[in-house]
Amino acid sequence: MADTIAQPAHTGPDGEPTRRDFLLIATGAFGAIGVAALAWPFIHQMNPDASARALASTEVDVSSIEPGQSIKVFWRGKPVFIRYRTEKEVTEARAVSLEELKDTAARNANLGDNADASDANRAVAGREEWIIMVGVCTHFGCIPLGEQGDFGGWFCPCHGSHYDTAGRIRIGPAPENLAIPVFAFLDESTLRIG
Amino acid sequence: MSGPSSYNPQTGIEKWIDARLPLPRLMYDSFVSYPVPRNLNYTYTFGGILSVMLIAQILTGVVLAMHYTANAEMAFASTEHIMRNVNYGWLLRYMHGVGGSMFFLAVYIHLFRGLYYGSYKDPREILWILGVIIFLLMMATAFMGYVLPWGQMSFWAATVITSLFSAIPLIGDSVVTWLWGGFAVDDPTLNRFFSLHYLLPFMIFGVVVLHVWALHMTGQTNPTGVEVKSGQDTVPFTPYATIKDTFAMVVFFVVFAYFVFYQPNYLGHPDNYIEADPLVTPAHIVPEWYFLPYYAILRAVPSKLGGVVLMFGSILVLFLLPWLDTSKVKSAVYRPLYRQFFWILVAVCIVLGWLGSKPPEGGYVWAARFATAWYFFHFLILLPLLGLFETPTPRPASITESVLGEDGDTHPDAGAETQPAGAAASPQSKG
Repeated sequence: MADTIAQPAHTGPDGEPTRRDFLLIATGAFGAIGVAALAWPFIHQMNPDASARALASTEVDVSSIEPGQSIKVFWRGKPVFIRYRTEKEVTEARAVSLEELKDTAARNANLGDNADASDANRAVAGREEWIIMVGVCTHFGCIPLGEQGDFGGWFCPCHGSHYDTAGRIRIGPAPENLAIPVFAFLDESTLRIG
Repeated sequence: MSGPSSYNPQTGIEKWIDARLPLPRLMYDSFVSYPVPRNLNYTYTFGGILSVMLIAQILTGVVLAMHYTANAEMAFASTEHIMRNVNYGWLLRYMHGVGGSMFFLAVYIHLFRGLYYGSYKDPREILWILGVIIFLLMMATAFMGYVLPWGQMSFWAATVITSLFSAIPLIGDSVVTWLWGGFAVDDPTLNRFFSLHYLLPFMIFGVVVLHVWALHMTGQTNPTGVEVKSGQDTVPFTPYATIKDTFAMVVFFVVFAYFVFYQPNYLGHPDNYIEADPLVTPAHIVPEWYFLPYYAILRAVPSKLGGVVLMFGSILVLFLLPWLDTSKVKSAVYRPLYRQFFWILVAVCIVLGWLGSKPPEGGYVWAARFATAWYFFHFLILLPLLGLFETPTPRPASITESVLGEDGDTHPDAGAETQPAGAAASPQSKG
């Protein structure tokens, strides 16, 4: 609509725009705004609805998890890995220097964006053997398999991404470390995710 | 559509309609009297086959939708309900599922036919671009249709393919959430895919109408690449092309029927008979066979964004093909070097498909990288240069000459190597 009015077809005798030009531009602009306003509900209806947004958090009893065990819990349609790591895994994770990492950001929603991907920033503060992560590969969203891969951490079978025992991407096409969701221990045994 | 109409209504009712809505005239001029080159071979029958496949997919799809439930809780069960309870449901679903594969088989032959005979060259650029648009719409439709049974492969294909968009810088994650309608692939995703899967075939139909319109403006190419010069070079669409197309369709449908009745799941994947489970990814996710080459390209690149860009780029490069190929000679029959590189490209695409089905490790990854590099090398470097350096062999003065032959022994090898048996000879006997 706006294109058609750009032609200087209706210039006045002295080359000045005429009242008709003004009317065409005003009408075109008004129409364009109207189309954009009308388009938004059609676009926004595809975003998560109120019922999806309402499922923002979940609470889990983690008291029965022993060292070397992990559980998967369901949060926002995705699995969350909760792992009580063994001594060996923690030692291995701590021994890795930041230079060896593909992604040096912690990707921990409980910390700031600037936190580095050291094991301390990845593990649960105050329970350093524990690690809680969204179990979704940062490549294309598959679920990595636990205690597998070249680093004894997680391995994504879809496109071959290897994560270490702190959930950090080491080899493969995934660009980021496994994401750590917002969580809090409400008491000794109850974990709230989200 | 080309030239003056030769439709001549005889009866009163035909004249009455013709004066009000000349649809019979349009049909007559497009599919009866429309002149086609007399030397078309059987690779030129796939346009007709594809039209019939589109109609077959729409028909089976519309009736399947009468029994299917687009709800994450019920979709898998309703698919089994179609298979077990609905009268002839098994047949309709297998026709639809196998039909998708046959559709792609036909479109790939159609597409490579276009590459071989230079169907994308001046003056058929828009015709070609419309074809690529149809191809993209087909891919979107097939992908969304594959999600509907809500099996494990459906679910994880949906997850992986929608996550491709997360590679877009800055807004990627918001786009993916918007596509999902949630924080993972779930009921809203299934619902919208069903809606779009129903819509897109009709959009394809619309673009097919434009594709045929553009075709009838320029006329078909033909195996010589020499344009039609006189009425002698053509035969009327009916009966010559209609009967040839019909025969090819019958043969094609024999293959189709073999898969439907004897190997209905051969082209599918057993994991899709396990209901979708968001907590377990199958050990080997592979797409349907017709997407394997793109999947191989995606995985060949050790960067998420790079893989996505190259995968989409492998199709987008086809849009530019009319301007990348600098040779004025259309048909590969008269391009000795291009002909060889064409077959290398075919082999590279098949190898990419094979690599796409293999796990992404070791030598497979390197082979996929090499094949991907060759694919882009072919279109972006080889084709522009080849047109400048290649010396084409002599072309016939006209289609008629190539068929009836003062020069019948000039290119005996080319004809035998490139065309299905007996293809070029048939117009002669009807002639």
